Amino acid sequence: MTNYLFIESRDPFESLDVRFVAETATALKERGHTVTVFLVQNGVLASRRAARDSYLARLAEAGVTLLADDFSLSERGIQPAELHAGVQPASIETLVDALVEENTKAIWH
Amino acid sequence: MTEKTLTLALMDPPYESANSTTALRLISAALKRGMRVNVFAYEGAVSLPLKEQTPHANPVKGTSVEEEEHPTTRAFVSSLLEIGGDNPLLTWVNCGLCVDERGAANAVDGVKRGSPADFLKMAAASTNTLVIPTK
Repeated sequence: MTNYLFIESRDPFESLDVRFVAETATALKERGHTVTVFLVQNGVLASRRAARDSYLARLAEAGVTLLADDFSLSERGIQPAELHAGVQPASIETLVDALVEENTKAIWH
Repeated sequence: MTEKTLTLALMDPPYESANSTTALRLISAALKRGMRVNVFAYEGAVSLPLKEQTPHANPVKGTSVEEEEHPTTRAFVSSLLEIGGDNPLLTWVNCGLCVDERGAANAVDGVKRGSPADFLKMAAASTNTLVIPTK
């Protein structure tokens, strides 16, 4: 089993290719891997609970761990209380620790 | 504890993308955790540590250079290269061909010149490698 770490930096309302991450992350999870999507920069714009048709709900249902960079959230005025139920705020240190975890493949998008 | 090493490949030029800010935050956090970090700066990223960068005033707000305290990426890279003192934890390699194309050879102290072959060696010897491409 491999840890897959997707770092999503793109705004899903601007870049339809965010689907690539959603589909790949889900497929990897279905194959028994551990999958985390770490939202950063404009990637956190999907994390508001009130966002329409957020792909994050589908990822959460599939069992993918969803983290959102606290610095990016703060820059964009997104409060922890506004977050989608499946998304947890996380620090850049959390991302560093995940990157150096054994058997981890990291993909920046 | 086994020493951890993280290698990053950066491609964005300074002041262009939030990718640079996130990359510098990642490097800083890893160094503060005592990890070794390798950076291979490719394409426009070779200008991140360019020594000639100077902070500027803000004529729109009417603030001076001192009041504005405009951050430069070369100052960030310099600070990160100082961590560890005589045994720096950060190795920063600028792609030589990219430097020559851009006339960006005058980098801050500690920056090395190399090639994609160095990136391959750094990646092979690292705990993990993260490539941060341009959009």
